[in-house]
Amino acid sequence: MSGERHGDAAPPRNGPARVVTQTRDQHTVHVGLPGALWIPAGLAFGLIVLPVAGLILRAPWSRFLELITSEASIAALELSLRTAAVATTVCVLIGGPLAVVLARGRVPGMRLVRSVVLLPLVLPPVVGGLALLYLLGRNGFAGKALDVAFGVTIPYTTTAVVLAQTFVALPFLVVSLEGALRTGGERYETMAATLGAPPWTVFWRITIPLVLPGLGSGMVLAFARCLGEFGATIAFAGSLQGVTRTLPLEVYLQREVDVDGAVALALVLVAVAIVVIAVARPRAAEGLQ
Amino acid sequence: MNPGLHAEVRVRRGDFDLDVTMRVGRGEVLAVLGRNGSGKSTLLGSIAGLLRPDGGRIVLEDRVLTDPDAGVLVPPHQRRIGLLAQQPLLFPHLTALDNVAFGPRAGGASRREARAVALRHLTEVDAAEFAQRRPGQLSGGQAQRIALARALASSPQLLLLDEPLSAVDVELAPALRSLLRSLLGDRLTVLVTHQVIDALVLADRVLVLDAGRVVEEGPTLEVLTRPRSAFAARLAGLNMVSGTATVNGLRTAGGTELAGSGDGGGPTGVGQPAVAVFPPASVAVHVHPPGGSPRNVIRDRVVALEPECALVRVRGASGLAADITAGAVVELGLHAGSEVWFVVKAAEVAVHSTHTARAGAADGEQPATAVHSGPLTRSPDDA
Repeated sequence: MSGERHGDAAPPRNGPARVVTQTRDQHTVHVGLPGALWIPAGLAFGLIVLPVAGLILRAPWSRFLELITSEASIAALELSLRTAAVATTVCVLIGGPLAVVLARGRVPGMRLVRSVVLLPLVLPPVVGGLALLYLLGRNGFAGKALDVAFGVTIPYTTTAVVLAQTFVALPFLVVSLEGALRTGGERYETMAATLGAPPWTVFWRITIPLVLPGLGSGMVLAFARCLGEFGATIAFAGSLQGVTRTLPLEVYLQREVDVDGAVALALVLVAVAIVVIAVARPRAAEGLQ
Repeated sequence: MNPGLHAEVRVRRGDFDLDVTMRVGRGEVLAVLGRNGSGKSTLLGSIAGLLRPDGGRIVLEDRVLTDPDAGVLVPPHQRRIGLLAQQPLLFPHLTALDNVAFGPRAGGASRREARAVALRHLTEVDAAEFAQRRPGQLSGGQAQRIALARALASSPQLLLLDEPLSAVDVELAPALRSLLRSLLGDRLTVLVTHQVIDALVLADRVLVLDAGRVVEEGPTLEVLTRPRSAFAARLAGLNMVSGTATVNGLRTAGGTELAGSGDGGGPTGVGQPAVAVFPPASVAVHVHPPGGSPRNVIRDRVVALEPECALVRVRGASGLAADITAGAVVELGLHAGSEVWFVVKAAEVAVHSTHTARAGAADGEQPATAVHSGPLTRSPDDA
């Protein structure tokens, strides 16, 4: 945007100063930034950074390794990684096609569907967990049917953890993938069709390779959301060590007995979050606009 | 039996209304000329199967591809119609070779066979050396060559070229154009273009589209040297004045008489709608009423001076244009607003009957003198 503003005042197109006009330089006067905004902006940034800094300062570094390798911690970490990986895969397998349908489908009512997909994003996770419980719990209509027909109960199992995580993470994958699909447009797909490629060939050889970056960042975001899932999990899956007690639940419980342990585990989650931001930030921001 | 392409396309979309019937014989290259919004893209999209027309019928080599009344709409991938667009649209994740191999692969060839075919086509467009490059590492001209190879490698029965040279650098266009000519050979091709040179070099026949209707159709040379529609005349770089035929030439609706000779030697039907056509280079410019008795003098006012090759194009308010030297412009002291007299020899004016074509209707937008002119080298809205 600042590039355009430079453009107006730029010297003749082929002038030597042309290169300068394409980069921000110290001569530009920004008129859209009242100085007073720096104060609340700084507060907001501080609110994000300072607690994390506090956590790092407070961390029991001398016992760190010992704390995060305790039996309960390992169990929680392992369960978290496992369930998040499975949930992310499920997100790709069902959310991927949903994104393609949303981006390419020509059916009336698609806008409504798109809004509904965002529901888990705005709903308190614990409400989502309750909703899942009343669908798939022993007394839920689908849960009862599953119990009667197959003798399967889902709540308070690892499957429930995966379902809860999938529920909250789906919108992240769908939205960023749909964004990538829309940005890319259909031109290449049309071209592939004129070259004789049937829809499935176009899908595998053109659509998917072209959205791999978007899919990748969507997966990273979804995975991060799965790892951090708390509310829906505790409502729908409970907190059984090794079965449903994921890392966030473990942190919450540890806090009651051993604050140091909780802080150490929390730092593990912070580290994961930083990695996620480093990997997925630019594309994800684009996708969630 | 109907070899080649027979397309009848009717599309209504709000104000826009396309109704075109066209036929392209086997081995023929047809150029479709028309300005933006004339319906070229809609026509092309309908043939390619990317648009569903409201009515009509599209038949390629005896296969019915589109017939809305019968509920037939063959999907694009089963049409065997290749497309080369303005942009090369090479698949960015594949090498040049695999781009070209895409069509044969989709057609069921093994990877090795497909690559062999692709390499042959790459060699044909003189781009074998780029086989292993990604599209991002190719220049626009190289990419368009490879896109051409890709379109040909899928062995289409019909090739659609949608302004294939308009996004290519000016310096590179001639080479690519002659490459196209050598490769099109006797391929059934429909070429959409704005540029008369494309039609001249590549097309056997020309079809001129205006506001969704065919206003002119015929052999390329005939249409471009003896245009009957305003658009074809502009394309061909000719001045065109419409009116009614007289014994000596033509009279405009405003009463101006133009002397000229009719096509085929004999005078066209007197009193019939006709057009007079003459090149800007044969128009002289005077700032005083010319002495003597040149037969064709048109009083006008200059609206613009534009560079045109080594000359200056003087555009009049009536739409006429004259190409004169820069020296003459200075000598005459011409500027926008100057009063001028355009003079053209009768021998340079060709009068064509238009009562069969719709040139008269196409001229509806013009006021009384109904003058069109000026080669349309490339209008800015054509991008």
